[in-house]
Amino acid sequence: MTGLKSGDQGAMAQLYDRYSSLVYAVALRVLGDTGAAEDVLQEVFLQLWRKPTAFDAARGSLGSWLSVITRNRAIDSLRKRRPETDIEDVILSVSPDLTGNVERASAAEKVRGVMGTMAPAQRTALEMAYWEGMSHSEIADKTGEPLGTVKTRIRAGLIALRRAFQG
Amino acid sequence: MSAHEQYADDLALYALDALRGEERARLDEHLATCAACRLELEQLRGDTALLALSATGPRPPQRARQRLLDAVAREPRLPSVAQASPRRSWWGTLGWAAALATLVLAASLWKENISLQQILASAQSQAAQSTRDLEALRKIAAPILEPEAQRITLVAAKTPPQPQGKAFYLRNRSSLVFLANNMPPLPPQKAYELWLIPTSGAPIPAGVFKPDAHGSASVVNPPLPAGAEAKAFAITVENEAGSPAPTLPILMMGTGE
Repeated sequence: MTGLKSGDQGAMAQLYDRYSSLVYAVALRVLGDTGAAEDVLQEVFLQLWRKPTAFDAARGSLGSWLSVITRNRAIDSLRKRRPETDIEDVILSVSPDLTGNVERASAAEKVRGVMGTMAPAQRTALEMAYWEGMSHSEIADKTGEPLGTVKTRIRAGLIALRRAFQG
Repeated sequence: MSAHEQYADDLALYALDALRGEERARLDEHLATCAACRLELEQLRGDTALLALSATGPRPPQRARQRLLDAVAREPRLPSVAQASPRRSWWGTLGWAAALATLVLAASLWKENISLQQILASAQSQAAQSTRDLEALRKIAAPILEPEAQRITLVAAKTPPQPQGKAFYLRNRSSLVFLANNMPPLPPQKAYELWLIPTSGAPIPAGVFKPDAHGSASVVNPPLPAGAEAKAFAITVENEAGSPAPTLPILMMGTGE
């Protein structure tokens, strides 16, 4: 990141090699279209190039931050709306370091394990909100669940994920 | 977990950008003043990053790497003074470095006794991430800061000096510099109070000040809630200790330029 801040194009290539598969996988999962996913991949890394100071290393890992930025941009693209969140406004607290492929693969397995133990209705609500960018009222409409239930399920799902990584 | 249980579920939706309308606006208002809930939001965002890990798929095509590197090569990093950073605050599209440069230039219109060194020091602390930007800023500020520089304020001929105030506010850093001159003297035990008028909610106290013998005054980085979006700034006369709410009349007021 230091190299990136001083405008080193080689540093950009290194970051791309490390994180492009994560960014592309997230964009592709949201958009389901390789061309659109590639556009989001470009956009996310160009944003990082233009504004490397937007990422605060003290607050979390670059992999986690990129995945949040990517998901938000992909949802914006899916919903055909202009990007709503400035990347500087995306602040997240320390989460697992996703730098290496091994750490990432092991964390991914853990996430899938936690998702697998969730009640189907909870997993569905969480996935609709995260991967489809649906609001809680849209989820309630689609599933026929009360709004309050949807809200509580989503939060409980996120907390379950957090606990799995705290333990 | 959250310090405010009533917001707990909404914070999770907010982290997923799944909260809309009035509920979102209400939570935005609360987040502006509640550090505990902001912290919980940051943690929840971290939790959403974990969800991203369940995505698996093919690697991006090889051409994507070259396409990015070509794009990067076409965009050599510009000095930050020239970098425009789109923000929602009333600073408009000025990048912060350009904004600081503007601040320093604007300050030259003020009387000598306003502490430019103090403003520059405040600017420097915000600018710690880029010494190059600071160097550019120093070059711009040099004609203003040199002791031998002449400082002249021009006003319309035959116009008595009017009270003037200028507020420079960076919402994303909760950073405010306010400069005033030609302020009328006040009775003892009274002071001027500056107010940040947010886009929604009550006026927020933004510092108490007394003008010096020449009518000049400044307020630098008063304590402010994080991220308050300013619709306007205003000045009232209050007791020296300041007031939690403005006492009418409003003497001076200005909106973003």
